[in-house]
Amino acid sequence: MAAEAKRGNVFTRAWRAFDDRTGTSKLVGPILRHPVPETGRIGWAYVFGSATLFSFMTLVATGIVLATSYIPATADAYNSLQFISHDTFGRIVRGIHYFAASAMMICIGIHMIRVFLMGSYKFPREVNWLTGVVLFALTLAMAFTGQLLRWDQDGFWSLVVAAEQAGRMPIIGKGLAHFIFAGDTVSGATLSRFFAIHVFFLPALIFATVALHLYLVIHDGISEPPKAGDPVDPKTYRAKYDALLKRNGVPFWPDAAWRDAIFGVAVLCTILLLAIIFGPKELGNQPDPSIINAYPRPDWYFLWYFGVLALLPKGTESYVIILAPVLLFVVLFGLPFVSNHGERSPKRRPWAVGFVLLTLIMIGTLWQIAARAPWSPHFDVQPLSAQVVGTTSGPVAQGAHLFNAKGCQYCHAVNGQGGNRGPDLTKVSGRLSQDAITIRILNGGSNMPAYGGNLTPDELNAIIAFLKSREREGTNGQ
Amino acid sequence: MTIETYAPTGTDHAESPEMLGRRRFLNWLCIGLGAAGAAAVGVPVVGFLIRPLFVKKPGEWRPVGKVDDFMVGTTNLVKYTDNSSVPWTGVSGNTGAWLRRNGPQDFVAFSIHCSHLGCPVRWLADANLFMCPCHGGVYYKDGTVAAGPPPQPLTTYPVRTNNGQVEILTSPIPVT
Repeated sequence: MAAEAKRGNVFTRAWRAFDDRTGTSKLVGPILRHPVPETGRIGWAYVFGSATLFSFMTLVATGIVLATSYIPATADAYNSLQFISHDTFGRIVRGIHYFAASAMMICIGIHMIRVFLMGSYKFPREVNWLTGVVLFALTLAMAFTGQLLRWDQDGFWSLVVAAEQAGRMPIIGKGLAHFIFAGDTVSGATLSRFFAIHVFFLPALIFATVALHLYLVIHDGISEPPKAGDPVDPKTYRAKYDALLKRNGVPFWPDAAWRDAIFGVAVLCTILLLAIIFGPKELGNQPDPSIINAYPRPDWYFLWYFGVLALLPKGTESYVIILAPVLLFVVLFGLPFVSNHGERSPKRRPWAVGFVLLTLIMIGTLWQIAARAPWSPHFDVQPLSAQVVGTTSGPVAQGAHLFNAKGCQYCHAVNGQGGNRGPDLTKVSGRLSQDAITIRILNGGSNMPAYGGNLTPDELNAIIAFLKSREREGTNGQ
Repeated sequence: MTIETYAPTGTDHAESPEMLGRRRFLNWLCIGLGAAGAAAVGVPVVGFLIRPLFVKKPGEWRPVGKVDDFMVGTTNLVKYTDNSSVPWTGVSGNTGAWLRRNGPQDFVAFSIHCSHLGCPVRWLADANLFMCPCHGGVYYKDGTVAAGPPPQPLTTYPVRTNNGQVEILTSPIPVT
């Protein structure tokens, strides 16, 4: 024993002495080498959980570095971020933080879908699914609070929109909104509060939940790839799983971990590359609420929800804002309680596959619509050119001018120029009679203001003249 | 790693009613002391966190311009500082209102926050409409809803004239 302790170079001997005093190998070794099912190529589907963790650790590392220069006060946060963003390495670190956040959202989403589709949440891994749902919720909270810390116009108005949504809660809504503001309005305490939540509170919860999540992975074992016709029976599953491990189990390290290492490093390299090439998201204007020309938009992961809020039928949004997240988490939490046995293979679970596809299509569609935001007025639209109008004088030209000045063009396009909220009016004269156009302008419509008290008879006639002139395709309706 | 449990050799003594009672007492003593300690620290911690909910700062009248600066029939953006602003609030402590002059002494101050979800509404002078850039809310010049998802008119703030100045009372961000 003494002879063995003296063998090897100084580092080996130092490690041996350290290990002898701390028992590190005895503690970590069995965890690293615990047996897992041999997965073959499908093992690549299992890498997104570890990639989520790698992304999170990257966020922690870059977040700590950013915190050395970021000033979490409403007065200085914006300028400190400008300082970071214009430093060579600061720009890259902020970029890594930004893209790692995106990577974490993507990876946790794919990991969750994989676990759902492969039925890995079923017996005996129900509790681990629950910890995963908690981690998903915490990740969303991190993404939201992180967006606020950018503290530009988007950050400011995202905070206001969040407080307004919280305000829809019955009974506690107003109090919750004021809790978010840290008072009646955005004040000195507002940003500091979100900074503390983002860098202390939520990461602490994530660390604790990740520890529990990983412990349960070891305790219940990594789920084997599902086989059609091999349902989970809680009475026999553990014995079958143990037999499987004895038959063809392999040590997690390194037989299974190599895929996680390769994919994880690939994700990190992609994050780094994107950070170097594109840099972090540009800061918008100063977070000054008296600058009215703001165009608030959430980061991409919440953009689809921005679309939901615009498209909800009037009168339903309070219910959706409150009930939809509750329903979502009731479904996610309830899943392993109502379906912890039976088939795991997606080949035998068409409803599960359909549900995932439907969800992806729905979110994808909402994303695509929200990116265009056809419901938003186009404030920066340019007046129609003389070529489109077809003349530079007379009532038609005057009507075209009014069409822009009165805000009609913000919501209606003519020849592709203008907003998309209302119908395209390029060929309106072919669709509506002069009387119908007049009535619609004066009285408004389902989603159009009434201009009756806002136009003189001459102005109304000019706009009608312009719209009636739209029928001549090939000249102005080309 | 193994954790050895304490197993006293004197079994009779360990299981005696006195010993069990003593253990029960120590058990509750530890839990009780822990809870009391946590509560003692927790009161100021939670109190500080939720204190803003209970602190109601009275509004302050802010001058936003001379009466003559605003023409009858016009709507103008006025800017002022919020009353809850502290030195480290910076520009985020600024706020604004859309001030409409309906008559010689008749002013209305509309919130810049859309009643839908709080985004900043813009005034389009030629169109005589307020429009919201977020979800397409539209309001008439009197603040009533003209189109889109807003559930109620624009919030108005108290406004007065005082010594030739128009003054607006600072108010909470309207949560609808």
